Amino acid sequence: MKPFEYERAADTGGAVAALAGRRGAAYLAGGTNLVDHMKLGIASPELLVDVSRALDARIEELPGGGLRIGAGVRNADLAADMRVRKRYPALARALLSGASGQLRNLATTGGNLLQRTRCPYFQDPTTPCNKREPGSGCSALDGHTRQHAILGASQHCVATHPSDMAVAMLAFDAVVRVRGAGGLREIAIADLHRLPGDVPQRDTTLEHGELITDVDLPSLEIAARSTYRKVRDRASYAFALVSVAAAVELASDDTFADVRIAFGGLAHKPWRATLAEDELRGRPATEAAFRAAAHAELAAAQPLRDNAFKIAMASNALVATLRELTMPRAAR
Amino acid sequence: MDIDITLHVDGEPRSLSVDTRTTVLDALREQLGVTAPKKGCDHGQCGSCTCLVDGRRVTTCLSLAVAHDGAQITTAAGLGSERDLHAVQQAFVDHDGFQCGYCTPGQICSAVGMLDEARSGFASYVTADLTAGVVLDADEIRERMSGNLCRCGAYVNIVAAIGELAP
Amino acid sequence: MSDAIATRPLGADVGRLDGPRKVTGAAIYAYEHPLTDPAYVFPLLSTAARGRVVGIDAAEAQRLPGVLAVLTHEPAPKLADTSNPELAVLQSPAIHFRGQIVGAVVAESLEIGAHAAALVCIEEQASEHDVVLRVDHPDVFKPDDDETDTAHGDAEAGLCPAATVDATYTTPHQHQGAMEPHTSVALWSDDTLRLYESTQSVHGVRETIAEVFGLRAEQVEVTAPFVGGGFGSKGEVHANTVLAVMAARAVPGRPVKLALTRRQVFTLGSHRTPTIQRVRLGADASGGLLAITHDVWAHTSRVQVYIDQIAAATRMMYAAPSIATTHRLAPLDVPFPSWMRAPSEAPGMYALECAIDELAVALRIDAIELRIHNDPPADPVSGKPWSSRNLVACLRQGAERFGWAGRDPAPRRRRDGRWLAGTGVAGSTYPVFHTPGSQARVEFRADGRYEVSIGAMDVGTGTWTSLAQVAAEALGVPLERVALQIGDTALPYSHVPGGSAGITSWGATLFGAARAFRDRHGDDPAPGDAVTAGAPDNPAEDAYAMHAFGAHFAEVRVDADTGEVRVPRMLGVFAIGRVVNPRTARSQLIGGMTFGLSMALHEEVVMDAALGAIVTTDLAGYHIAANADVGDIDAAWIDEIDPHVNAMGTKGIGELGIVGSAAAIANAVFHATGIRVRDLPITPDKLLRARVELSARA
Repeated sequence: MKPFEYERAADTGGAVAALAGRRGAAYLAGGTNLVDHMKLGIASPELLVDVSRALDARIEELPGGGLRIGAGVRNADLAADMRVRKRYPALARALLSGASGQLRNLATTGGNLLQRTRCPYFQDPTTPCNKREPGSGCSALDGHTRQHAILGASQHCVATHPSDMAVAMLAFDAVVRVRGAGGLREIAIADLHRLPGDVPQRDTTLEHGELITDVDLPSLEIAARSTYRKVRDRASYAFALVSVAAAVELASDDTFADVRIAFGGLAHKPWRATLAEDELRGRPATEAAFRAAAHAELAAAQPLRDNAFKIAMASNALVATLRELTMPRAAR
Repeated sequence: MDIDITLHVDGEPRSLSVDTRTTVLDALREQLGVTAPKKGCDHGQCGSCTCLVDGRRVTTCLSLAVAHDGAQITTAAGLGSERDLHAVQQAFVDHDGFQCGYCTPGQICSAVGMLDEARSGFASYVTADLTAGVVLDADEIRERMSGNLCRCGAYVNIVAAIGELAP
Repeated sequence: MSDAIATRPLGADVGRLDGPRKVTGAAIYAYEHPLTDPAYVFPLLSTAARGRVVGIDAAEAQRLPGVLAVLTHEPAPKLADTSNPELAVLQSPAIHFRGQIVGAVVAESLEIGAHAAALVCIEEQASEHDVVLRVDHPDVFKPDDDETDTAHGDAEAGLCPAATVDATYTTPHQHQGAMEPHTSVALWSDDTLRLYESTQSVHGVRETIAEVFGLRAEQVEVTAPFVGGGFGSKGEVHANTVLAVMAARAVPGRPVKLALTRRQVFTLGSHRTPTIQRVRLGADASGGLLAITHDVWAHTSRVQVYIDQIAAATRMMYAAPSIATTHRLAPLDVPFPSWMRAPSEAPGMYALECAIDELAVALRIDAIELRIHNDPPADPVSGKPWSSRNLVACLRQGAERFGWAGRDPAPRRRRDGRWLAGTGVAGSTYPVFHTPGSQARVEFRADGRYEVSIGAMDVGTGTWTSLAQVAAEALGVPLERVALQIGDTALPYSHVPGGSAGITSWGATLFGAARAFRDRHGDDPAPGDAVTAGAPDNPAEDAYAMHAFGAHFAEVRVDADTGEVRVPRMLGVFAIGRVVNPRTARSQLIGGMTFGLSMALHEEVVMDAALGAIVTTDLAGYHIAANADVGDIDAAWIDEIDPHVNAMGTKGIGELGIVGSAAAIANAVFHATGIRVRDLPITPDKLLRARVELSARA
């Protein structure tokens, strides 16, 4: 690890000012991803601006029934909040499926959104990787790709986004509030993470120095009937092979009045399954409809050598999740 | 770049000068001689370094010491002594909840933190009803303790030990 | 612990005497011995899988304040013995695998050392490499080993006209993954080398390091009272220890500390070779085995032959008129393989016990009855009588406890909501090894206690407690009157406790020493009376086939949608002779079964063929079972008295628990799903893929 300077920011304004114009500076919050990357030699900031005490760590009611989550709220606390558990159960469950109790006590809401891929080639600085070292090539393309993307990848990068929390937030159309040198702006979470294209080094649309200050969860009735399903190699403490966040609202005739679906583990970003949602709206909640929805979303999948199984796994996980959510309450 | 900080370790204020790169774990082990927390992976993937920091269980290998100036840190050594074991430590001894002992101080701290979390009503991924109260059955303990790997395979006994103290 | 006094020490349910130290973190591991002014060593590793180092530019690192030395092959610190290529550290520019030590930085602090290591530029010239094990590898060879190929009877005739089972199983490259990384702390003072080492054998380290550095054994002092797991990976000396000693020479008078990073452990800490195993079984309609063949392919380093006798258990597990085994090795540009918990039996019995299950299915015979039907009255190859063989009793008692009776053998018949449920069984065995030549010292102290000293080890096995029990039994005194000393070369010589031979060998030694002590000093010794002695060889060793046995039962559930496997219940029933301490014995057996569960479902070191690199090089990539993966596991044992194995009647238990447990789970997965996954680990993708193929066929 290269030596670096350390500053503690008293407030977000000071933090943003400290990073402005300093390319080699980075924010430090929970540290669970950044410190790891510094040890691996993937990140070598010259200055760390500690925002862990500057960021808001509160969860507040928004007018109309939404929640404003301070970027400094720890993952464990967000999952424990009874409002989140009742109104957005998929989000609570996604958080609880991530990492371990110890890590959830450290990791923050803002940091979780910005965590970087677990692609093993990205994490090993002795191998070529376009995300880590643009233009060096992608070792994964011809390598071990069991964990990699089947949707939206490019010739330059086939990595997946590792967050669980972000998948649930995407399903709920969360809004990410960001402070930069130019002031505040709001980004729909769907526009925060990006596909790799030919700029795989950029995970998000944030500019250097922009700091996530809050995440707004809109008031969303459908979210109360939601869940998160994570499929992984271990029963716990493992990254997703595939995950699904889904929320359903059934009309009185058991057709879908509305539905929200997002996948994790399939792409360079949390993947909103709009094609599947479109397929389901207005349709009766049947196994055939679930299957058709999965097919609609995954038809475009382009598997690599080792990850064709993700098509069946994502499809089955979605069907199983919808089955669970649409089952009459008594049968559950 | 060195910075002067104070860590309150097992109840004692300890002042030291740390390189900004030093983790809480390395500050404890290399500078303060507090070797109860162990280094198993140094990347947050095993849980051996778990301590209670400001009352909550965390992996100290991913925490920079400079960012924890003033923190209250409790290690397994601070929870109890050989002659006066903490209830969780005693349960681990009674149920043989360890073999080589290397992951053990982290397991102990994690268990203490986890029991506090359960008392505060934290749910887990395997909690069927997220809005109901917590009943720490074996499956709940297993899930909540999964951040502490044990290669000797003492999980069965760890779960039994913690089960004795579960609310 | 007071319950120990009431009964005899041997067999008493005693809590670990070192327990309070471990749960409070007071137990001291290699890296933690208090030292003055230590320096820190950082290995520099090759990135080519084969080739040579052609240049090292360490100028920038050397300019860094706090860097004390940079070691490279040029100039090389010369070693006295370079015959073992793994230990010939920095003796040539040659690179034999990716992740080999090609240099090192010695620095004032961890932080400076890690930074400096990243600043050293190593120029390599890579040659073509090959890291992929395959049966048709052009360099496959028959290793020069007595038991490489064995043939008893005419196996091909027994398989004629066709084998009833002909299946190929694979087990992946696996990693021991002890929670404490390989660690050495070295200090030279005058001409004595002191090592605090994470090792399974202090005396083994002394011997090897003395040889490599051209020292007399007494010049090397090794201490290891507590070791954070080894599982074979710390049974032999690896390159990290040699490097630490070299680095200590570079900074005379200062102790140096070297703990491999978790990533480095994957290439330098050794591993279990991957295997390809073809098993053929010929049987008559009633299930009587006519022939067994077991052909094994494994890898080794291109520059060093290492072989596990993977088919060894196949030669004695079941009765058949003909039994043939072969072993072949492919020399590859991979890290050095070595021992890993039940090196031969764990992979070998996985294949054999799955094949037996396949035979049971093919012949529509109960999997337990089939095994009982083929239980041999004597060792089928050597013809020697068993010192004791109670596989049948284990199977019967296990079946009873597990609730095997009435099991419908048809696969994919049981469903509980989203879960497909199934059960499986497998046999287990492990030889009773005894390593002779150990010595122990017994001294009567003024405080009325007997100090019993032996260079034995506790790597989590419970030696601090169980060996004290053995000593108390041998001396005929309560446990409280024994003060045991282990884990240091200052204590009498002891062999590495490989092959689950720890308690058996050390215990026999203590019995010998206790007898010698009583012979010389009687039952009422004076303070200071002492004897150092060993145990005579056991004449029964040649006359009997000596093995422990067991039966594993597993219940699995497979998610019908995603292929995720859960193991809610496992039971192992074992025949292990006399049990020294039921509490620690149960822990060892359960630990082995957990290891086997992890082998069945999780573990695989993946190598990238193009880079020659390990891809799963951390504990997030190389999964070992987490707490949530492990359901109710219980271990029990039958009453077994074996008068032949040793003075105590004990059999080793450290490895028996893993042997066969992966097969029991694989067999249960077949029972649950109808899918036979022959390639470990059984990950969800394999079950999904097989299902897609099944439905395509249907």
